[in-house]
Amino acid sequence: MTLATIAGQEVHVDDEGFMTEYDEWSEDLASTLAGNIGIELTDDHWQAIRFLRDDYKVEGVTPTLRRVTNTGGIPTKQLFVLFPKKPAKKMAYIAGLPKPAGCV
Amino acid sequence: MRQLLVLGAGTAGTMVVNKLRSQLDADEWSIIVVDPDPAHHYQPGYLFIPFGTYQPGQVTKPKAKFIPKGVDLVTAEVDRVEPSENRVFLSDGSAIGYDFLVIATGTTPRPEETPGMLGEEWQRSVFDFYTLDGSTALADKLRSWEGGRLVVHISEMPIKCPVAPLEFAFLADSHFKEREMRDRVEITYVTPLDAAFTKPIAAAHLGGMLEERKITVETDFYIESVDNEKKEIVSFDERAIPFDLLVTVPVNMGADFIGRSGLGNDLNYVPVDHETMLSRDWDNIFAVGDAADLPTSKAGSVAHFAIEIFTENFLQHVDGQEMTHAFDGHANCFVESGGGKGMLIDFNYETQPLPGRYPIPGLGPFKLLEETELNHLGKLMFKWVYWNALLPGRDLPLPALMSMAGKEEVEA
Ligand SMILES: Cc1cc2nc3c(=O)[nH]c(=O)nc-3n(C[C@H](O)[C@H](O)[C@H](O)COP(=O)(O)OP(=O)(O)OC[C@H]3O[C@@H](n4cnc5c(N)ncnc54)[C@H](O)[C@@H]3O)c2cc1C
Repeated sequence: MTLATIAGQEVHVDDEGFMTEYDEWSEDLASTLAGNIGIELTDDHWQAIRFLRDDYKVEGVTPTLRRVTNTGGIPTKQLFVLFPKKPAKKMAYIAGLPKPAGCV
Repeated sequence: MRQLLVLGAGTAGTMVVNKLRSQLDADEWSIIVVDPDPAHHYQPGYLFIPFGTYQPGQVTKPKAKFIPKGVDLVTAEVDRVEPSENRVFLSDGSAIGYDFLVIATGTTPRPEETPGMLGEEWQRSVFDFYTLDGSTALADKLRSWEGGRLVVHISEMPIKCPVAPLEFAFLADSHFKEREMRDRVEITYVTPLDAAFTKPIAAAHLGGMLEERKITVETDFYIESVDNEKKEIVSFDERAIPFDLLVTVPVNMGADFIGRSGLGNDLNYVPVDHETMLSRDWDNIFAVGDAADLPTSKAGSVAHFAIEIFTENFLQHVDGQEMTHAFDGHANCFVESGGGKGMLIDFNYETQPLPGRYPIPGLGPFKLLEETELNHLGKLMFKWVYWNALLPGRDLPLPALMSMAGKEEVEA
């Protein structure tokens, strides 16, 4: 775990740059994080990010793509348009959540 | 009398009833285990059926043989659990009550989850090997197949035995070389992960092994559908991969009754405490084996290590004591690499697979993350160990928790 400065703010991140402290995140940070990976946030992006934040708060784990689609109501196809190539990882990165486990 | 009810008599459920029957006083505890399938399947054997190494008849035995005296085996399907009433309904409508419930109903492939997978080409040019039926049909297909584009594919993670599709690709390479037709087969390995495997050091090793065998890898591929007409798999980001023979691992999901009973996550896995396997919602329900949402591989070896810890904890828990044992996610998998060789990986929640020796530091005899003939023999021996030591719940000379002794630290 290391400290990084994002948008002028010190935050904890893992070795791949995923934030590790839920409460250090803010909407401003999200825009900067998105910019880091070449994404400009629109309302559609925000709908996904907010679902991730809310779901994590209740469940304690980063939701899978399947869950964002089934429970969050956003079609998988659209997630690939909004967050190209690696939507699960990119959404978690922007939402300031741990890298999705999914794969073990 | 207190009642322990176990759902599922597969690898995990069978180990649980064997371990607990000898530990729980017969005058105080009755044990029931419910499973609709009278046959116990040695699922690791499915991998070898397509290549004719095992025959379909060699991987099943009657379940009853492995259930100890003093345990009631009920051949029926669970329809739902009513956790607030401490009872389970079977599909014939009858109910069984419990004081403690252990869910061990595993996970199964669901080709119907992917549009087109069960289309016209199913079991013509689209196959799976995660069921006895699938691997048997694939054996027939391979016998007469003359070559072309073979696509080995994973639909979605997690799947049980996540190394099995890699092993399938390695064995296919070796099989076609033996039949002197490797030059007529193009092999592509398609995965939703961003590398050949999940953990970086093992992924690098396994990626190298694919490259050596001229197996092309397509990563970050999240399947949307199977196009039966064009014979292509299509991803959500509109990549299409053509095949003449598709060997896929369909989406894996836990039993439907788990979802129906409100006990599961999106894939019907039961959320449990990762150290004790106690349900996060119910103090008298545990989930073990593939049915639980543990963030480690879904494998028989994992179930074995986990159940050693579970047994100790269960005895404390039912006595009203605090559970003092913690599972670490220990996994230990032989990976067949073809040509009579195999590899061994050993890891847990925290530590990824590293090179070294297992189980005795410095001596082995098994080498971690290296292809050897002895590792292959280890894999074949596993079948004997499974039927004769693992299921009956005998103690194996392997520690349940992972050890760093014998492992080498490496830079990723
Ligand atoms: C191709 C392949 C290769 C593999 N190779 C390896 C390997 O090399 N090493 C390794 O360690 N593991 C391997 N595995 C994984 C291993 O087989 C599983 O992880 C292990 O069997 C899990 O045990 P389980 O008891 O959780 O589930 P299972 O053994 O699958 O048992 C689940 C049981 O629940 C029953 N059940 C299902 N639904 C219901 C219901 N509604 N009511 C009542 N009962 C129900 C089923 O009939 C079944 O008997 C492999 C798996 C496959 C498919």
